[in-house]
Amino acid sequence: MSDNRDMTAETRTRSAIPDRLGTPMSRLLGSWEVLLFGVAVAIFIANSLASPYFLNAWNLSDATFNFTEKAMIAFAMAMLIIVGEIDLSVAAIIALASTAMGAAAQMGIGAPGLVAVGVSVGLVCGAINGTLVSVLKLPSIVVTIGTMSLFRGISYITLGDQAYGKYPADFAYFGQGYVFWVFSFEFVLFIVLAIIFGIVLHATNFGRQVFVIGNNEFAARFSGIPVERIKFKLFLLTGLMSGIAAVCLTSRLGSTRPSIAQGWELEIVTMVVLGGVSILGGAGTIAGVVIAAFVMGLVTFGLGLLNVPGIVMSIFVGLLLIITIALPIVVRRIKFMSTK
Amino acid sequence: MKKLLKHRELLLVGIIAIMVAGFATRAPGFATPGNLANIFNDTSILIILALGQMTVILTKSIDLSVAANLAFTGMAVAMMDAAFPGLPLALLVILAVGIGAALGAINGVLVWWLRIPPIVVTLGTLTIYRGMAFVLSGGAWVNSHQMTPGFLNFPRLPVLGMPLLSWMAIAIVLMMWVVLTRTQFGRATYASGGNPTAAVYAGIDIGRTRFFAFTLSGALAGLAGYLWVSRYAVAYVDVAAGFELDTVAACVIGGISIAGGIGSVAGAVLGALFLGVIKNALPVIGISPFAQMAISGIVIVAAVVFNARAERKAGRIILRDRGAKEVSA
Repeated sequence: MSDNRDMTAETRTRSAIPDRLGTPMSRLLGSWEVLLFGVAVAIFIANSLASPYFLNAWNLSDATFNFTEKAMIAFAMAMLIIVGEIDLSVAAIIALASTAMGAAAQMGIGAPGLVAVGVSVGLVCGAINGTLVSVLKLPSIVVTIGTMSLFRGISYITLGDQAYGKYPADFAYFGQGYVFWVFSFEFVLFIVLAIIFGIVLHATNFGRQVFVIGNNEFAARFSGIPVERIKFKLFLLTGLMSGIAAVCLTSRLGSTRPSIAQGWELEIVTMVVLGGVSILGGAGTIAGVVIAAFVMGLVTFGLGLLNVPGIVMSIFVGLLLIITIALPIVVRRIKFMSTK
Repeated sequence: MKKLLKHRELLLVGIIAIMVAGFATRAPGFATPGNLANIFNDTSILIILALGQMTVILTKSIDLSVAANLAFTGMAVAMMDAAFPGLPLALLVILAVGIGAALGAINGVLVWWLRIPPIVVTLGTLTIYRGMAFVLSGGAWVNSHQMTPGFLNFPRLPVLGMPLLSWMAIAIVLMMWVVLTRTQFGRATYASGGNPTAAVYAGIDIGRTRFFAFTLSGALAGLAGYLWVSRYAVAYVDVAAGFELDTVAACVIGGISIAGGIGSVAGAVLGALFLGVIKNALPVIGISPFAQMAISGIVIVAAVVFNARAERKAGRIILRDRGAKEVSA
């Protein structure tokens, strides 16, 4: 353990993330999250000023549905990006898992069986990605572009222009049920998963190894970390979370089309990067992703209340992605110029 | 290395020939020159876009915004033609190339000056450009009766037995071949993807090379925007949605290494034709068009596996392989 820590400290000085150079890691990371939290609060206030319908417990509870499913996947994606890989097939996994659940529901399988189907399809898809990346050692970005088209393609072959409906009544709980007052099942699941992922990434050996690989894969190999095995596990985990998200989304919508969750991979990557996870790998926190989920959820919900069309919202999401990455770089440049 | 590349393009030609022959046994008339010319014409836009994508990939980057760029530029010129029917066609085509190049240059600047990873930049601009197409049009369609006949018929004009669209694709293939193999920029493109460190020592500005690659890809996307809108005689926001992945797929199938520095113009063209043949054959042999997505997915994965092997044999990444073996053992 202490070996790993020494190594990250040493490699970090050589790694390509100079905005975290020379200052205590925790302080700087903390400040990113504080900044993001400030943004979230500002958006919250702006929303409540802009629309009289915003400040209402049930309304806010509805707003959480905008991001809970995406955020579940974003936690796993954050770990994958920290380790230096990416999975662009997550939305396609949702489509395939949802199609499988739809087919199972037509055969009269009950709610527990449907959940099992959705989750296992997610796991199988994750295992396929993981095998291609960690066993055959292919670049994850092309592999997952390929499997994205494959998984959604299977969904299109199965459904064509049809849709599955007719889910059993008790299946609706996962997407529409409430655990307590305004707290939906999805929101509670989101919080529980956030805590679990936070602990796994920041307080276990496994999480530490993820950071080590992301910072310096060579050094990780030479210090005996099973790089390929960890990458495989992370792809499996991302598949699992996509399966769980598929259960929630299908249950919430109550129907399945092959175009379900189209374009989510982009929003999920945006959420992760907005949360302060370095796209180059090696740095990031789950807390950041949680706040980023709230920021994106609040922005889209607020714009929705103002009757802004969805595609215009996507301009904001795209700008948010580029600006949040560009801003620290520009600030660093200016600082560098002034010290010169 | 060169021998390997030659080999692989011949292989691809062979595979495409076998595919065409195979489809011809199921559907007589598939392999007639007329139908093959049709397939080429159908694939022309993909070929043009794949060549732009290839230039970007050679520099170790990726451009996911090409289809959104195409949608925006196509919408812009279609609306201009509808609003001012008097504008000469040449001006509109130049405008399309110019708007496309400007959008590509935005990607390039973000990659060059701010050093943001290309995938993040183009994922962002992908949504922004398509969103802008919506803002520009207000979600409305530009239909064929609103556009002038000259604007619509240009790609269809027959010249020497082939539509002008095919000739434009051929001209761009030749142009890109000259640019990539006979100019300083072409050399810099291969160098900055093949070995960035050595390229810097050789005095090549990698950032600037990437900027020009993105601008070129944008300009070709802009041209493709006009061609797409005039060929299909309609412009709407979702034009060519998801087409960026087809361009990447064409490159990967054509043997362009996603890690940069490896690939040829012939490869990209053959990769695009491969997809074009499959796309045109499915309805002919009675497979649901819904199967096309899954098939291209399988082809992409298979091509990546194949490429990785070919590149490994060439003796690149020696150390990583050894490390990997030690770990898996």
